[in-house]
Amino acid sequence: MPDIREIQVSVNGEDHSAKVETRTSLGDFLRQNLGLTGTHLGCEHGVCGACTVILDGEAVRSCLMLAVQANGHEVTTVEGLAGEEGELHPLQEAFWKHHGLQCGFCTPGMLTSLVAFLRDNPNPSERDIREAISGNICRCTGYQGIVDATLEAAKVMQGRV
Amino acid sequence: MKPAPFIYHNPLTPEDAVSLLASNEEAKILAGGQSLMPMLNMRFVVPDHVIDLNNVTGIDGVTNRDNLLEIGAMTRQCDLMANDLVKSKAPIIPEALEHVGHFQTRNRCTIGGSLCHLDPAAELPCLMAAYDANLTVQGPEGQREIPFIEWPLAYMIPNLAPDELLTKISFRYWSLNHGFGFEEFARRHGDFAIVAVAALLEVDDGKITRAAISIGGANISPVRLVKAEEALIGMLANEDTYKVAADIAQEIESISDAYVTSQYRQRLAGTLVQRALVKAGDRVNRS
Ligand SMILES: Cc1cc2nc3c(=O)[nH]c(=O)nc-3n(C[C@H](O)[C@H](O)[C@H](O)COP(=O)(O)OP(=O)(O)OC[C@H]3O[C@@H](n4cnc5c(N)ncnc54)[C@H](O)[C@@H]3O)c2cc1C
Ligand code: FES
Ligand code: FES
Repeated sequence: MPDIREIQVSVNGEDHSAKVETRTSLGDFLRQNLGLTGTHLGCEHGVCGACTVILDGEAVRSCLMLAVQANGHEVTTVEGLAGEEGELHPLQEAFWKHHGLQCGFCTPGMLTSLVAFLRDNPNPSERDIREAISGNICRCTGYQGIVDATLEAAKVMQGRV
Repeated sequence: MKPAPFIYHNPLTPEDAVSLLASNEEAKILAGGQSLMPMLNMRFVVPDHVIDLNNVTGIDGVTNRDNLLEIGAMTRQCDLMANDLVKSKAPIIPEALEHVGHFQTRNRCTIGGSLCHLDPAAELPCLMAAYDANLTVQGPEGQREIPFIEWPLAYMIPNLAPDELLTKISFRYWSLNHGFGFEEFARRHGDFAIVAVAALLEVDDGKITRAAISIGGANISPVRLVKAEEALIGMLANEDTYKVAADIAQEIESISDAYVTSQYRQRLAGTLVQRALVKAGDRVNRS
């Protein structure tokens, strides 16, 4: 008999009430129950970073949390980064401009990780950024565009451009 | 890559968590989940019951009591790195945590989880060995305290009964003037170390009065380099002296695995002990 619980989660500002099997990961819940397929699952054991979401303000692996553990918490996924009218977040804008993505598989995890990182480190060096994304694997870009985009986004977000 | 079915429990007190452990066969504690969830996803472990500690109160945070730092088992790595008491009394902890996984995993990982998982190369057990920490565990019959040296029983097996919970880690911190150095070698930043070294030093009038050297990754659990620690006492705090310790480290009993030979680990241990001691020596009397 599956162990099923009812949970209440706020995702991208919207309250959801849902029944989940307790062994379901937060990542699978977001994709399958809520249809938010922006969150990508790559390795499902914590090493690729593609599944990163923001839980109560902090970047975490959604493959290493159960959906039941998000009960009563707030989650932001890549779908929640753009503004009300769909205008891109400054980091998304910079990714587009600097070619910070190719296939896009790693991008949701890069963006959620770096949004949380830039909040705590508004003025990062190139090295800081490389360290911040050391847990996010990208097989396409070679990271250069991602780093350039983040450096520029930091400036834009501080009103320095 | 999905866990097999289990029953999830969400206790709110350590006592409830212990009674759930005692009353359910094949139960597993879930702390930060950064080691257990991968093992569940890969079905390396298939528990019937998962007991979540994330809503248990009273087993997290850092306090300072009579020169002892007491750290709740559920204190997360990110909170240890940001904690003012830890930064001032045991600055080697934040320095070492920079090497543990990535900021996203440190947002979840707990000190208790790291000590119970007991990976041979994990940084926190290596540090707790250096501090001769005491671990408090709670079971149905009450609490017991275990000195770190008696904590590892075998490869990744802590001295913990199936119905016991690790609740607290405490250790006496060193004088304000102590020096510290943490060094490790891993193939990629954030990976588990191949070998890691934690060194603590106290120096008076240029001479070493107290030393702790702990080596992780070389063997199945962290080892203290007692022979070198003893040899250093009374010697001048300089590179020639550290070389003596490094030579002893090169002889340390080491394991071989599919990637790295024991000789390679011994060479690393020597080099890293030297570097960690140089760093520690440079930081003595820094305040
Ligand atoms: C990408 C990645 C990189 C990593 N890199 C490193 C690294 O470089 N160095 C390193 O040291 N670690 C690393 N880790 C592992 C991380 O530090 C682990 O999370 C940690 O070892 C376990 O802590 P946890 O709180 O997540 O525990 P969990 O995964 O929840 O639990 C681990 C084990 O301990 C048991 N347990 C947990 N807490 C208790 C308790 N209070 N009482 C009794 N039993 C308990 C659980 O039942 C389980 O068996 C990495 C993890 C990931 C995903
Ligand atoms: S899918 Fe979560 S880290 Fe790879
Ligand atoms: S853009 Fe393809 S993996 Fe990063």
